[in-house]
Parts: sequence; structure tokens; C-alpha cells
Amino acid sequence: MASIKTEQPPGSLLPQGPSIVLPGDLLPAPGTRLVTDDDDAFITTSTTAPVIKLGPGLLVDDDSIGAIKAGILKHTPTGNRWWVESNQRRYVAAQGESVVGVVISKSAEHYKMDIGAAQHALLGVLSFEGASKRFKPDIKIGSLVYCRVSLANKDMEAELECFNPTTMKSDGYGELKNGFAIKTSLGLARRLLDPKTLILRLLGQHTPFETVIGMNGKIWVDSESPKKIILICNAIKNSEFLSDTECKTMVKTVIEKL
Amino acid sequence: MKEAEPSTNEREFLLAALKDGARIDGRNFYDFRTLRLSFGSDYGAVEVQLGNTRVLAKVSCEVIKPYPDKPTEGFLMFSTELSPMASSAFEVGRQTDEEVLVSRLIEKAMRRSRALDTEGLCIVAGEKVWSIRVDIHFLDHDGNLVDAACIAAITGLLHFRRPDVTVVGEEVTIHTLEQRNPVPLSIHHIPICISFAFFDKGGCVIVDPTHLEEQIKEGDMTITLNVHKEVCALSKAGGIPMELDQIIQCSNIAVVKVAEITAQIQAALDADAKKRQVSRK
Repeated sequence: MASIKTEQPPGSLLPQGPSIVLPGDLLPAPGTRLVTDDDDAFITTSTTAPVIKLGPGLLVDDDSIGAIKAGILKHTPTGNRWWVESNQRRYVAAQGESVVGVVISKSAEHYKMDIGAAQHALLGVLSFEGASKRFKPDIKIGSLVYCRVSLANKDMEAELECFNPTTMKSDGYGELKNGFAIKTSLGLARRLLDPKTLILRLLGQHTPFETVIGMNGKIWVDSESPKKIILICNAIKNSEFLSDTECKTMVKTVIEKL
Repeated sequence: MKEAEPSTNEREFLLAALKDGARIDGRNFYDFRTLRLSFGSDYGAVEVQLGNTRVLAKVSCEVIKPYPDKPTEGFLMFSTELSPMASSAFEVGRQTDEEVLVSRLIEKAMRRSRALDTEGLCIVAGEKVWSIRVDIHFLDHDGNLVDAACIAAITGLLHFRRPDVTVVGEEVTIHTLEQRNPVPLSIHHIPICISFAFFDKGGCVIVDPTHLEEQIKEGDMTITLNVHKEVCALSKAGGIPMELDQIIQCSNIAVVKVAEITAQIQAALDADAKKRQVSRK
């Protein structure tokens, strides 16, 4: 592995525009002597290796960093974070992410939830704001619940909770009533959470609606009438591969149909 | 892992919307999703997209010895496998009821309706016949696998060309594709499956159900028809009981849909044939 690293032409993976990585690609690791042309935000050539934070899609193997997913290599200078932005449909639970799940079954201590991952996830019956042994919410099987992944481990079922651990408040988490839920790709769900993404704002200009976006690709939508919910759901689904201007024309045409 | 039931919210919303006369993907009750057909570079490789449902069919052939009691009859075999690629609910090796139903329906629609002239596959009676094999791969599952698979299989058979053979006395020569133009199979008619799903005790009939609609439906029925309005198969495995006039209403809808789909298949085949002719020049 190490020999491959040195053979890589310097700067081949430097981001000039979007840099695309494939599984197995090695990234220049800290300590590698890399000569960058103008700025050395990528990797400093100093002897003390800089601290790098790796996000999804990257893995440390011995002393090199390799991509384990196909996607676009991303970086922020704050905290020197690196990650690969990829798209997939299968959810893999990660701690701190907000998800929308369906209650599969319940026992004395846990609700078993389907969050679209390979395993079910567990939501403690007391993991709600102000819940105690005497007073706890009763959620029916088949309900949609917006919750947060409190523990994710690749060898165990994920654990969920319905409050923010810093404030102990519900923070909007909890059972979702009425409305409709759609399943989208994880990439789209992530993009919808980005305030720069236009589609939700465009739709909101024409019709009021409520939405909850789960990082697991499950998106809940509620509005005044079923027709509007259907329209919003389909507009969100269709927006995945459209540019901003295309989104504008798409929203315009669907609103006219209403 | 067994697939999770849809949530109460989804179920109630879908039923309320249907009562309002709307389907969740914005279609009308009797609308099919957009059907796309694309051909591979080989003869007999077809990919069908029906909305988000994707099916790939690959037709292949080999020469084998016929059964002694049917010395002039060729073989037509279907292999359908629902792999985890289509949906995480499917597992390798474990056949679900759905899988059995799908493969049986395709067999019924294609083989028992005698769409393919199996006698025409005979090379030397009692010695050599063609065996045609249709591999159907389900790539993505968003409901109505049967219709998509059926369209893929019949389009694959229509698109397929087998190598030409010459028989001189006892000697059989199979010409490669380079030596001689391969010959198409003789197909009597084009059976097309049309699936319906019923809601509200049969009061609400929809065509081409999506996966979510299939999960919530009360009953279903698949009618296999050809363009000559001949019923090749009708399958109704369980679900709510139906009135006679409802079935007649369904078959009237199916007649219209079959004509549309057949026309689209023919158009796609013609376009592909033209493209191949151009590339050969």
C-alpha cells in the first residue's frame, strides 16, 4: 500500500473543481510530501502531521487514507475535515443523525423501529421529553416517528431517542401524525437539509406545508389537502436530478395544474 | 429481513387519496406508468423500465436432444429470480410466495398461450432441437413486476435471432452470426399482462399498481391478452371476491392497454432494427 502512495503523481487528487474518487483510491496521507502549487490547504508539508478529520466514505488503512465509496471528495478548512459525498439508497445509521422511522413492534422497554437500515433500531420507551415510568407516550404500531440516532455501532442495532440530549427538550422530535411519507435517495435527503437547496422554498412560496426530512431518505409531508401533498411529494422526488432553473419551471408547471 | 409494512400514515393517506380520486404518483386510475424499452448490443437483450420498476431479459439458445415422446418440439424455458438487487426484502435462495407467483404467471402467459412456435425450433426430429432460454433479472422493484417481466420476456423473444442452420442428410451445420444472418423466432402472438389492484371492497380499480399500492391493496388480478382480444391467462390469487361485470370492465380496460403496449413494443423493435441496419452499413 505504502509503495503505491509514493508513486502517485503529486496533486493528482487535488481538488480542481469537483474531484471524484472511486472505492480503492488512495488519498495523499498526512506526512506525504506533496507540493501544491499555490495554497497548501490540502496537506501541509510540515514535519508535524496536521490533524485531519475523516467523514463518511474515507478509511484509514495503515498510514494512508483510502476512499471506500464512489463520490465527490469534499473538504472544509474548519477542523480540516474531509469526506466523500456519495449517493445511495440504503441507510447506514450514524450517530447524531435525524431519521424518520416506522414502529414495527413494541415491548416493555423498547419500540422496535424500521429506519430503512439493514437492522431494526431500538427506541427506548422513556427516550422522550419528560417521560417517566408513570408518564410516557403511547405510540401505536405503524406510526411514523421522527427521532435522532443516539448510538450507532456497526455490530449492534442502532439506538434512537426523541429528545435533544443537550437541552433534554423534544426539539420537534416525536410522533408524526397524518400526512404522507415518501422514500428518496440519501443524497436527495441530505441535499434537502441544505438551506441552499431551492425546491422546498419554491414550493413554500406557492402553498404552505410542513415537512420532516430524515437522513435515512424518509421524508414526511403534510399540507391542507391530499392533492397538495401528492403534488409536493412528487415535486420533491422529481427535483433530484434537476438544476435550480429547471426546478423553478417544474414547480411552476405543477402549481398551474393545481 | 422481512419487509416492513407501510406506516399507518402512508396507508391512511393512500386510501383517502384514492377515495378523492387521486393516486399518490399523480396518475389516473387507469394509467400505466411510462414504459421505456432499451436494447442491448446482443440480440435478445432487453431492459424494460416501468416507472421505477426495472427488468432485464436476456434470451439465449442451445441445441439439445428433444424428449422421446415429443421428438419435434423445441424447448422454451424461463428463469426468474428475485435477487436482493431489486429489493432488500428478497433473499438469495429463499423463494418467496411472490416469486413463485411471478414465475408461474410468466410461464402461463408465455408458454401455455403458445406464443412461441416450439415446433419451429426442431432441427432434426428426435435428434436435435433448439432450446430457448429467457433469463429475467429484476433490477429494481417498485411494484407490478409481472407486467414488466412479461413485456421484457416477449420483447426479448421478438428481438432475439438464433443462428441459422442447414441440414444436409444427417449433417447439421450451425452457422455463426458472421457467416449467415441469424433468423428470428416464429412468434404467433404477443401476450401482454395487465395487472389490476382493488381497493374499497372492489369499488376502486387501479391499473399498474406501485409497490406501496401493492402492499395496501385488498385484492389483485392479472389478465393476459393479445392484440386480437384473446384472453391467454387470467390470474386472481386470493383477495376480495369480484363481480362478473367488474371483471368484464377490467378486461375492457386491458384491451386498450394491450393495444398501446403492443404498438410501443413494435415501434421500439422497428427503431432498433433501423439502427442496426445503419450501423452495419
